[in-house]
Amino acid sequence: MARVTASVYSSHVPAIGVAMDLGKTDEPAYQPLFAGYEPAREWMSDNTPDVVILVFNDHANAFGLQMVPTFALGMSAEYEPADEGWGPRPVPAVVGHPALSAHLAHSVIQDDFDLTLVNEIPVDHGCTVPLSIMFGQPEAWPCAVIPLFVNVVQYPVPSGRRCLELGRAIRRAVETFDDDLDVQVWGTGGMSHQLQGPRAGLINQPWDNAFIDRLVEDPEGQAAVNHVEYVREAGSEGIELVMWLVARGAMGDLAGGVAPTEVHRLYHVPASNTAVGQLILEDASARP
Amino acid sequence: MAVDKPYLNIPGTTVFDTDQAAKGYYLNQFAMSLMNAENRERFKTDEAAYLEDWAMTEQQRDAVAARDFNQMIELGGNIYFLAKIGATDGLNYLQIVSSMTSNDAEGHAEMMRNGGRTPEGNRYLHEWEGRD
Repeated sequence: MARVTASVYSSHVPAIGVAMDLGKTDEPAYQPLFAGYEPAREWMSDNTPDVVILVFNDHANAFGLQMVPTFALGMSAEYEPADEGWGPRPVPAVVGHPALSAHLAHSVIQDDFDLTLVNEIPVDHGCTVPLSIMFGQPEAWPCAVIPLFVNVVQYPVPSGRRCLELGRAIRRAVETFDDDLDVQVWGTGGMSHQLQGPRAGLINQPWDNAFIDRLVEDPEGQAAVNHVEYVREAGSEGIELVMWLVARGAMGDLAGGVAPTEVHRLYHVPASNTAVGQLILEDASARP
Repeated sequence: MAVDKPYLNIPGTTVFDTDQAAKGYYLNQFAMSLMNAENRERFKTDEAAYLEDWAMTEQQRDAVAARDFNQMIELGGNIYFLAKIGATDGLNYLQIVSSMTSNDAEGHAEMMRNGGRTPEGNRYLHEWEGRD
């Protein structure tokens, strides 16, 4: 049977991808951040899963305003990196896992989440930057990836509560998939940032750090925080952090098990306009 | 009953909701068309001609011509769509974003390196009263 072995949380700032693509990771502006990523990369090389369910938001690269699905699941065998206006990133195509996608669709939709199913879609920096952060610059990504798109661009966006519950439903689905697979759920986006208006550049370090603490220790409490607090305290684009709750919801303690083990945490300001966070939680069931 | 919009009292911030999206539909769809390299070239060659294909208001066209991102956002634009206009101009996010603030790009980058804009005094509209 498949199992959720860990959850990974990561910002997906486009400038981080650009720094890697242009070979600028040793420059003073980026060196401390990439040094901070090293322990996560080491952990990942020892704990590479078979499949990552990667929760992120599209940034007007796959979904325009014609259709705004709240939750959309990728069903494909392959996903191409999008041209976001600067040309596509020079990174490998994302290889999917259609059989697990199909199982997730059946299980999660029957579990009352009305997912939109997407058979053909490009993936933007929201998906490819976390892969670059965790895996570096390989010829091919070392595992399959199932993209799960969450609308956090056009209000109304889903509540923290709904995101946490979706994570729970994903865990139930993974645990009923017959193949023997290690699956990680990644929640991406954030941390505090605002990319628009005269208030642009907002960063709230105390709030971000309290968010990580509470995500780890009291996910139900964090899930009850309303949207306006995210926007007011963490900036208009800080609302992306609700997607971390999807990954947190997939941990075993929220299904009657014991608390996950925190193996890595990073907080860094800034990358471009954004506060950067990274967190890895190992599921208790992953360690005998 | 009217939709509750508790985010309207945050200063210097326009939340992109369904009302904004309705106002900015063609502005955003135009901007998104610039994801395509061929379209970027056509736009750069003759901006006004390119914009004729999109049912935008005069105000929206003027805001695009002036690259006034704050005005575009007020008129229904969303930053992720509008960023493609900046990308076509060869700008990165830091440059696009700083143009909406009272800082120039270098001043904005320095503010970010120093920890960004503090939330203190930047949470509620009344805290910005009396500003320009």
